[in-house]
Amino acid sequence: MKLEGRKIYKGTASGEAIVTSQGISFFGGVDSETGVVVEKDHELEGQSISGKVLIFTTGKGSTVGSYTIYQMKKGNTAPIAIVNETIDTVIAVGCIISEIPCVDKIDISKIKTGQIVTVDGTNGIIEVEE
Amino acid sequence: MKLTLEEKDMLEGKYGKATQKSMEILTTLGDIYEAEKMIDIKSVQISGVSYANLGEAGLDFLSKMAIDGKARILTTLNPAGMDRDNWQALGIDEEFAKNQNRVIDAFAKMEVITTCTCTPYLIGNLPHYGQHVAWAESSAVCFCNSVIGAYTNREGGPSALASSLTGKTPKYGYHLEENRHGEVLFEIKTLIQGTDKFGVLGKVIGDKLGELKKKIPYITGIPIASVEELKSFCASVATYGGTALFHMEGITPEALKYPKPKNIKIEINEQDIKKGLAELIDEDIEVDFVSIGCPHASIDEIAQVAKLLKGKTVNKEFWITTGRPTKKIADEAGYTKIIENAGAKFAADTCCVVAPIKGRFKGIVVDSAKACYYGRAKNKFKVKIANIEECVKEATQ
Repeated sequence: MKLEGRKIYKGTASGEAIVTSQGISFFGGVDSETGVVVEKDHELEGQSISGKVLIFTTGKGSTVGSYTIYQMKKGNTAPIAIVNETIDTVIAVGCIISEIPCVDKIDISKIKTGQIVTVDGTNGIIEVEE
Repeated sequence: MKLTLEEKDMLEGKYGKATQKSMEILTTLGDIYEAEKMIDIKSVQISGVSYANLGEAGLDFLSKMAIDGKARILTTLNPAGMDRDNWQALGIDEEFAKNQNRVIDAFAKMEVITTCTCTPYLIGNLPHYGQHVAWAESSAVCFCNSVIGAYTNREGGPSALASSLTGKTPKYGYHLEENRHGEVLFEIKTLIQGTDKFGVLGKVIGDKLGELKKKIPYITGIPIASVEELKSFCASVATYGGTALFHMEGITPEALKYPKPKNIKIEINEQDIKKGLAELIDEDIEVDFVSIGCPHASIDEIAQVAKLLKGKTVNKEFWITTGRPTKKIADEAGYTKIIENAGAKFAADTCCVVAPIKGRFKGIVVDSAKACYYGRAKNKFKVKIANIEECVKEATQ
């Protein structure tokens, strides 16, 4: 299945999807050293987003979150690509400074955790293996 | 987005890597918010300066940008995690001080003015009505848009830095006149006086805006307000309501330009202020910390504190937080000597919100509603709001 969205940051990456219908705050909500979501009562609480294609609705919380994404990239705990329903500035800036492929304006309800997803950030397209 | 030749060259890397990365950030934000073009800006205020918030990752990013990035326009910094001269007296550890100085050095290398303050408008980063700027720091953004009538979006640390290194910002949001209309009319039916009460008013209005999911209040019924009262109000309404712009009839310049909102009208009476005040006083608070200067104290506020402290002795930790240039005026005027003789401490460059003091005190008395919010949420203190006279009394009794 091919889904067309909007390019946020260039580059291509392919991997296992982890999907949530909730927003994510990287500052305070994700442990940058382990890549595990730590926000209390979050759908992904206790799960690692490292090395995955991270698919969620939108970013929330402090603008310092952009630096958290950068820290994860440097420590090899970042997601390999990010797909959003609606991008916010924290996630967009985080992906640009960390050089993580990113696409938004995607109907994320069509993707399930565990599916293999290829994100083409350069053209704003994602491919989901069925 | 339509880019000029210069902007295209920046994006293609002809002005170096830091400028290229900056233009990538700005054009992406421009595309997201459907800006038609970039605009030239007059000044920048950068947030994300305290090492406590930035961490190694933020510092690493800044160091990379500092390899070939230079500020193209007047740029100042938000408060750091410590007083750069007086950090030992404030109980900051040496490791933190070393790392904080690495952050400031990276900014200095980019030719950013390393005066660390949340009130850049008090120390010379002062745009005029109608000018476009790119500021971070929610209280300063609110002051800039509302009290001055200059135009800025609510920037984050990296986007503000990107604007500094390019001199540009994408034209969207509050840079467009059509997005600056008041949304909710607030009629104030009681007299508001003092920085503390203006802070309470900011919380009352901010909370109501949150319930209504609106951002821009149009306020009537305030006959007069000082710069100090307005900076306190800005900090509070930005903290509790996420507000980046308000209009105040007879006080702010754009109140004449935009009509009063007709659809939603809310009256604020004495009861509402009393309730807001009560919400900023924790029961059974044990006070061991007093702070004045959130946002950073003006020279007039410092003069007032000096007058109240003259010949007295404080018996609690008492910080006056301010920008270093204001502290220097206080030195020359003799206020610093009076205040320090009483046993109170100046904490320039920093404040009780960004310094690494979590859990160090039990209860804080402040004249700022914003400081109450972060005192509770970030530093785990009990809090009490009071006016400046009461704050000094609390510190000396």
